[in-house]
Formats: sequence, structure tokens, C-alpha cells
Amino acid sequence: MELSRRTFFKFMGATGAAVTTKTSSAGAWTSKAPPDPYGCLVDLTRCIGCRKCEEACSEVNQLPAPESPHCQCTIFDKKRRPDESAYTVVNRYFTGKVDKFDQPLPTFAKVQCMHCQDPACASACIVGALTKDEVTGAVVYDVTKCIGCRYCMVACPFEIPAYEYFDPITPRVMKCTFCNERLSKEGGLPGCAAICPTEAITFGKRKTLLKLAKKRLRENPGTYIDHVYGEKEVGGTSWLYISSVPFEAVNLPVLPDRPSPKLAETIQHSLFSYLWSPIALFAVLGAFMYRSGKKQSRPEKREVPDGP
Amino acid sequence: MDHKSAPLKKKFFTPGVYVMLAFMAAGAIAIVARFIGGIGYVSNLTNARPWGLWVGVDVATGVALAAGGFTTAALAHIWGRHHYEPITRPALLTAMLGYTFVVLGLLVDIGRSWAIWKPMVYWNFNSVLFEVAMCVMIYLNVLYIEFIPVVVEQFKGRVNLPGSFAFLNRFLNRLLALADRVLGKVMWVFVILGVVLSCMHQSSLGSLMLVAPTKIHPLWYSPLLPLFFLTSAMAVGYPMVVFETTLATTSFQLDSEMEILTPLTRITVFLLGSYMVLKLGDMAFRGTYVYLLEGTFQTNSFIIEMLFGVIIPFAMLVSLRVRQSRKALFTAASLIVGGVVLNRINVFIVAYSPPLAENRYFPAPGEIFVTLGLIATLMFLYRFLVTWLPVLQKTREVAS
Repeated sequence: MELSRRTFFKFMGATGAAVTTKTSSAGAWTSKAPPDPYGCLVDLTRCIGCRKCEEACSEVNQLPAPESPHCQCTIFDKKRRPDESAYTVVNRYFTGKVDKFDQPLPTFAKVQCMHCQDPACASACIVGALTKDEVTGAVVYDVTKCIGCRYCMVACPFEIPAYEYFDPITPRVMKCTFCNERLSKEGGLPGCAAICPTEAITFGKRKTLLKLAKKRLRENPGTYIDHVYGEKEVGGTSWLYISSVPFEAVNLPVLPDRPSPKLAETIQHSLFSYLWSPIALFAVLGAFMYRSGKKQSRPEKREVPDGP
Repeated sequence: MDHKSAPLKKKFFTPGVYVMLAFMAAGAIAIVARFIGGIGYVSNLTNARPWGLWVGVDVATGVALAAGGFTTAALAHIWGRHHYEPITRPALLTAMLGYTFVVLGLLVDIGRSWAIWKPMVYWNFNSVLFEVAMCVMIYLNVLYIEFIPVVVEQFKGRVNLPGSFAFLNRFLNRLLALADRVLGKVMWVFVILGVVLSCMHQSSLGSLMLVAPTKIHPLWYSPLLPLFFLTSAMAVGYPMVVFETTLATTSFQLDSEMEILTPLTRITVFLLGSYMVLKLGDMAFRGTYVYLLEGTFQTNSFIIEMLFGVIIPFAMLVSLRVRQSRKALFTAASLIVGGVVLNRINVFIVAYSPPLAENRYFPAPGEIFVTLGLIATLMFLYRFLVTWLPVLQKTREVAS
């Protein structure tokens, strides 16, 4: 483990040069959200729980038909989550609202990928298999890159990505695609938005939808909770919700405004951009090693073990 | 250097080895089942709970407990404390085997094991996991290179293959001689590189969970997680050496190495103390102590982790009498090792509570068998390699 003077300085010269060429530090974190993405506005006051969206979704995405498609009776007794065979599901919630005969009023809520403006899944993905489409804003999955680490599922604040756990060799991450291929065509709508008979799902540019949502809140005082869910949650999502009941009551979690990837990405980039800190550490350790090697070559008293 | 490593040359098959073989067989069956029926067939992992025992123990804990490799290398080779040379080889072997098994564990855990090479081609610099994967991959190779001299020492000029392979002897001997010459000159690069890579991915393992702030219990979720992971890895390095050395010297009836372990753990007082101050300071600063008396499973697990894994062993190690007593030192070291194991399990499994879906997780028998099987295989290989290669220190009667 001899570290000669010449090799040491040769090496340190090179690392020093590498460190100094490092340009100004990574800088503050900036959102990578596309400027004008599409979105969907879900108005929970309009949803009647017909589950046509589930049916359309299965058809468009070649998934198995939804569980008991024509029976709305018992399916709502259990709470369902999107999974590897259903990108979207509708659940029924009784939140304490009653009609004029004191009968409990249900609220139906469709759940699917929110297509975050700064998706945690895409930031987490080890190979970049999940990306946010620059134009449509859809968060899409490229199975040819995926290694199946499931970090996207750990990262997602909405617990959306599902996994084909029973496929031993080629399992896929399964989640709503925003019907991205249909969106890319002129006038294309996501399957669920196209079929919705009550216009509970409105498709459009996110900016337009935000205006529309706020208009509805303004024009129907007392009907809605004064909050557009998804406007600011985790930095904003392409899908937006308005509701007459609190969002937590329909399993839409309270989330911070800060985009999920911000903290980890800030730490990673400020430490590792241009590998400046590993290179600097290498140089410091090299210097230590060189110095201790020089000391060793002189005859010297041995290291004294723990004193009494 | 007045120490000399030597192969053990002791009886290989003991009752303990048969127990290991039984665990290995159970693990093998579970792995075969995983590759026939899928991850879901052998595990309790769900969409809400994508990471469980395999990531928490096989990967995160495996990496942490292999920290003895880079911490001893830094001490003996970089700081030049050659007094500690005898422990570098067993620590290096543990690290090498540990990281090998991290990769084997990953091959079982990731859905598309055959695609494990893809991060080398598709880069995502935003991904913490990408950085961890790159570091682990390169570091594993560095560890193999660092281990080559051990093989060279045993076989240089002595390669003597039987029968029809005999024609390879001269070639292999030359190869070993060449490796000896070249590595002697460049090994310092790999030694430093090993320490740098370790610092990078030990800390980044802690950053992994930063992307999920709403799922991790606030007692653990802190922007300082990477620093905690790095300092706890450094703190557990030497106790892990104590733990192993004591087990190895007892099991193989070698000389105890207290004259090395006693001063070694004096450094741990400082490292573990720093970790303790950081953790307690973070708790005070963020005000998370309000959760301590909730009495839930999570908070109790945190209290056990900090009390038995950090505070008590720290108090023990401060005393020189503890550091000089083989039994007491082993107890303290075991507590620290157990504390770091529990910390990694806590961060990756216990602290993780997805708010939306039904979430109850306890590892399935299949998961447990895979993990135990991998650990048993690691121990088996350790025993095999120290039996035939010069890793452990010679007993003094023989050496002199």
C-alpha cells in the first residue's frame, strides 16, 4: 500500500483540476413541470357512482373487465384501491351528509393516478422508466427500462402504482396512463372522461380547468368546500378535484404543498453534481494516506493502545 | 507488520455447519418458489407495502453491517494505524461477502432480476436509488480487487492443479505474480475509492425515504437521515468487528484479540457519541419527542432502538473496564449492532405507514426463509474462506 510521492502528486493534480472545473454549485431546486399540461377536473358533487369510467378504462387499456360491472349494489360495501387489473376505481363514502328525509347521502369518488406536476415516482425511478410527458403532462411508464425495484410505489404519495406480484419473470408496474396515446391525437380524450354520463370528469388544459373549478366554487356558494384539491398538493397535480365534503373523508390525503422530490433532489444534486464531494473526499483521504505513509517510513514509536 | 494471517486449516464440517446447510436449503426452496410463483407467492408484499423484509434487512442492514470493511481500511491503511492490520482482512471478507449478498438479495427482491444491469444504461441522476446502485456496484468490484492479495498470498508460485488442468499452472502462477506486482502499486487507489464510495452510498441509503415524507413516522423522518445513516454506519463498523472477532475466536478457539479491540472501541465511543448527539439533537430541534409517550408499536420501537442500541452501549463503552473485558465488550458491541439493525428495520419497515390503504405487514415465511438462507450462506462461505485462505490472525504459538 505504498503511496509514492510522485504518484500522489500526479493524482492530486488531476483531482484538483477536476474540482476546480466544477462550475457554480447545483443551485436552487426548480420544478420540471411542463408549462401547459392537460388535466381532468373531477366534480364529486356530480358523480353518481355508475362506474362507467371503470368499464371504459378497462376497455381502452385492455385490462380485465371491472368487478361485477352491472351491479352497483354490493361492490361499494368494500373500499377498493386501483390495482394491477384496474387503473381506476370508484368508491362510495358516507360522510354524515343526509338528504331531506334524513337518509344518509353517499359521495362517490373516483381514484386514479393524479399525474403530479413533479412526480415523486419519476424522480425516484432508478432507470427513469417513469417520465412526465412534456406536452400532455401524463406520467407514463416504459416497461422496457423497468427493473422492478418498486421504489416508485414507495415514493407515490397517492399510493397509486400497483405491481404484478404474481408474475415471476416479467412483472409490470401498473397505473393510469392518462390514455396518453389518445391524448396525443387531435381531440382525444381519456376513456373515463369521454364516457362519463354526468360530466363529473371534465377534460382540458390544466390552467383552464383551474379557472373552471374556481368559477364553480364561486357561483355555488355553500355547495363546495373552498379548495381545489390538486392545485397545490405536492406542488400541483394534473388531475383536480372539487367536492362538497372534506377531501380526507373520501380518501384524498392531506398533503404538503412542497413537491415530494424536492428535498431528496436538492440534497443529491448539491452533494453529487459533478461528483465534487467524492472527488474532494478522495483528495483529502489521499493526503492523509500520503502523510501517514511518510510518517511510517521513519522509525517511530509504535501506536500506543488504550492507556490505563 | 508483526502480524501474520493464515488459513485456519481446521475441521470444516461441524454440527453448526449442518444447521447452516439446513437454513440454506430452506432459503433455496423459497427462492425457487419465488421464481415460479412470483414475489406475491412467497411474500406478504402489497401495493401499499412494496418494500419489506428483503429491502429492510437483506439490503439496508446488509450494507450497514458491512461498514467494518471501509472503517477498518480507513484506520489501518489511510490513517496508518498498522497496529490494527490484523482485523482488516476479516472485516474486508465480511464486507465482500456482505455486499455480494446485498446483490443476491436484490436479485430476489426486484421483479425483473434479469434486468438488473439496466441502471448502467438508463441513468436517472434525480434518483437516490440510482446513486446507491452505482456505488454498490462499483464498491463490490473494489472489494473483490482488495481481496485479490489474500488469494495471491496463498497461491502465488504454488498453483498446482491436478490432472488435465496442470497445463494451466504456469499461466496462473504468472497471472498471480503479475497481480501481485500491479496491485501493490495501485492498491492505494482502491483503498481510498472504497472509503469514498462507502461514504456516498451509506449516506444515500438514508436519503431513500426522503421522497416519501407523508409515509414515514416523524420520529425517523428528518432531512438529516443521510447523515444519520452515515454516522451510524461508521459507528457500527468497529463494534461489528468486535462482534465477529469474538465469535470467530471463540468458535475457532483462537487467541482473543483484546489488545486490538480495546483501543479500537475507544474510537467507537466518539463515533457512537456523535451519532447519539445528532439523533437526540434532531429530536429536540424538530420537537418530535412529543411522540415518545404515544405508546404505539412505532414509538416503542424507536425507544428500544435508541435506548438499547445507542444510549446504553455508549454508556458502557465510556468505561475502560468494559472495553478491557471480553464479555462486557462483546455485550456492548452486540447492542450497537442490534441497534443499527433495528434502526434500518425501523426506517424501512416500521416507520413506513402508507395512510390510504389497509396496511398491516409482517414478513411471510417465504421472506424469512430467503433472508435466513442468505445469511446462512454468507456464514458458510465465511467459514469456508477463512479455513482455506489467510484471513484470520495466526495463533501465537504457531506464528512465533
